[in-house]
Amino acid sequence: MAEHLLEVRNLSVQFHTAGGTVKAVSNISWYLDRGETLAILGESGSGKSVSASAIMNLIDMPPGEITNGQILFEGRDLLTMPIGKRRMINGKRIAMIFQDPLGHLNPVYTVGWQLVETMLVHGAGRDEAERRALELLKRVGLPSPEASMKKYPHQFSGGQRQRVMIAMALAMKPDIVIADEPTTALDVTVQAEVLSLLDELQKETGMGLLLITHDLGVVAEVADRVVVMNGGEIVETGTPSEVYHNPQHPYTKKLISAAPGRGAMHEPQGRGEALLRVSGMEKAYGAFKALDGVSFDLQPGETMAVVGESGSGKSTLARCLLRLEEADSGQALWKGRDLLSMSRKELFGLRRQIQMVFQDPTQSLNPRMSVYELISEAWVIHPEILPKARWRERVDELLAQVGLLPEHARRYPHQFSGGQRQRIAIARALALEPQLIICDEAVSALDVSIQAQVIALLDKLRRELKIAFIFIAHDLPVVRDFADHVMVMKSGKVVERGTARQIFESPRQDYTRRLLAAGLDPDPEVQQRRRLEREAIIA
Amino acid sequence: MTMTQTLPGTSTQAEVQQKGRIRGVLGMLWRDKFALAATIFLLVVIFCAVCGPMLMGDAALSQNLRGRNAPPFSIANGWFYVLGSDSLGRPLLPRVVVAAQNTMLIAAGAVLCSSIIGALLGLVAGYASSRVGNVILRLADVIMSFPSLLLAVVVLYILAPSVGNLVIVLAITRIPVYLRTTRAEVMEIRQRMFVEAAEVMGASPARIVFRHILPMVIPTLVTIATLDFAFVMLAESSLSFLGIGIQPPQITWGLMVSQGRQYLATAWWLAFWPGLAIILTTMSLNLLSNWMRIALDPTQRWRLEIGGKSNG
Repeated sequence: MAEHLLEVRNLSVQFHTAGGTVKAVSNISWYLDRGETLAILGESGSGKSVSASAIMNLIDMPPGEITNGQILFEGRDLLTMPIGKRRMINGKRIAMIFQDPLGHLNPVYTVGWQLVETMLVHGAGRDEAERRALELLKRVGLPSPEASMKKYPHQFSGGQRQRVMIAMALAMKPDIVIADEPTTALDVTVQAEVLSLLDELQKETGMGLLLITHDLGVVAEVADRVVVMNGGEIVETGTPSEVYHNPQHPYTKKLISAAPGRGAMHEPQGRGEALLRVSGMEKAYGAFKALDGVSFDLQPGETMAVVGESGSGKSTLARCLLRLEEADSGQALWKGRDLLSMSRKELFGLRRQIQMVFQDPTQSLNPRMSVYELISEAWVIHPEILPKARWRERVDELLAQVGLLPEHARRYPHQFSGGQRQRIAIARALALEPQLIICDEAVSALDVSIQAQVIALLDKLRRELKIAFIFIAHDLPVVRDFADHVMVMKSGKVVERGTARQIFESPRQDYTRRLLAAGLDPDPEVQQRRRLEREAIIA
Repeated sequence: MTMTQTLPGTSTQAEVQQKGRIRGVLGMLWRDKFALAATIFLLVVIFCAVCGPMLMGDAALSQNLRGRNAPPFSIANGWFYVLGSDSLGRPLLPRVVVAAQNTMLIAAGAVLCSSIIGALLGLVAGYASSRVGNVILRLADVIMSFPSLLLAVVVLYILAPSVGNLVIVLAITRIPVYLRTTRAEVMEIRQRMFVEAAEVMGASPARIVFRHILPMVIPTLVTIATLDFAFVMLAESSLSFLGIGIQPPQITWGLMVSQGRQYLATAWWLAFWPGLAIILTTMSLNLLSNWMRIALDPTQRWRLEIGGKSNG
């Protein structure tokens, strides 16, 4: 049998928790060769990160326990190797890149110092290390590498920090780089850049790249082979194109069909009386203009998507509309009355008409309140909506409407999964019978298949209850099937606004085109084409 | 998404639910043996505080000059003398029991007053406008920068030393601790998203503060309060030592400790027993507050519901 660079054989890992033993992965096997990119694809809880943690010796034991299996690196079993030898391999021969670069860089040292330090630890000379650090920063494409050496991590943007992390991982010329969700926290355009950087570096150095991701698009963009995991088991392996076009396992089929941006687009109806008319809204934080003359109008029952990268002002827009923050100037006419200059008292009456669903349901639900208390709080605050005798009944109704069971009312938020929690948040918003719901990245923290379910739910509610939505997202494909109109924002300004079809099929602005080209398509062939387009735009 | 688990069915009648809830709490207490022991000890202390002076009031003050500084663990003089006797021959056991009343009154009173006032001011300081917050904070600074003992001496010279005045003085000196902690926590919690979500629903400031923020702050406050309990007991003893606290023949544990201090080399039991009472009370309160912190938190409660060694 040919020897692979890294091979995991029949690995099983368990975690002993108070609730009993949980099998994180059972009996998984995969391998990685030199110069190859292997993607491990799975949703949260699928165990996709566990094998990488086992390789890097990052599993806490106890409660974790490796019950079975081997991890062979150049034919030697890492699991039976003495700890000192393993330390020589970790970091030097096998390096790792994490999802959140800010959390993994020491904030009190300069980036250059940290890079040099890594190399000194593994026995390089100081001059040699400094020369190579500079070279690496240049290679990963940081602007003015000499100055960057003396900067601290917080002085870089998210994408640049990820580049620094990549430079650190490459410092010792490793044979294998493990990247755990390296681009999840980044904007689409930055994500595309970081992925192509990884791709280039891999071709240059001939290292093996193990990429752990939940995103089919990332797989289509860079992977040579893909391993699909679900519930701690490998359900499918193959090339991205095989897996995408001819999935064998029902889970893979489900995952692929859940990818957003497939269905028919909405055709908005003719314009009538506007529900909300925003004009010239501005908001500045010191010298930074978060909103710079934003204007739009929204019809009753219409869905408008606001898309932009981080820092484009889309969340500030939502917060100003809800008066969580005060806008500096401009108007927002809600049925003819200005939301922005309204007194607190008038605003109270309108609160129930405009509701918000937040990005992270874990944080937006009070952990000490049961689901019943969370939903019925709406009626405590606005007692005119419903007499107390009917609360119980209505909570059950709302839970059924968002796809939960009446007995869930007695539970607490932590007993639910992320998708279920978002459903609770939606039920809470519905309790006030609003006419407009603002969703601030309401699905971006969720797994792909859950994302699809939540969007389907919102779509159903829109049809049944005729609620208007302002749907904020950083991801274009997500809004494609759902939005009537799309508004693209950049640095506080509206770049382009039009129907979903206009934006997706014939974008007029360069920025919109760039955003579209940077989005990753789950279909490897489509993605291939898109990559060429992107390179054409940049060139 | 389908849910497979369902909770065991319970009757909807409120009365049955109430009964079930009490049983649930007792069950959780039963599973944490430390908290159970602490609760039992505290119940005994409370019983002593309420009934002690009635049952043993005379014995605690009866002098027996022939039995001065009698050593403990001997019942030759009767079982009141099982813990020994003090320099005037008064039996220690009844004295410790009787002293429980004053000690508890002062400590509990001071801790309750300071924590409630401190928490309320802290909530206001943390949630209201920064100007109001600053005024309250500067007030706290004034109290903190003024030596608390000096404040106590001045106040107690002007007012007559009594249990009520002692409580007031001690409470005032401890307010800043609660105030600052509460304010810091409120500043953090008010940024959380569920507070914003409540704001979007139109919740009034009072509702946000008491329904959403306060429950998150209470566990911290309770923990501080239990630790403060011991501090207040000792502070009271130093005031008594200066002669401006509790006036003999009234007794407290703190006073007994400071009176026994000069005999430590010859008759250790004089300071030991009341000291032990202070330690055990504080420790019990601490254990109980630890249990309460877990029992009140829905995300932690399972630790007590499944039992076993996993709590803590």
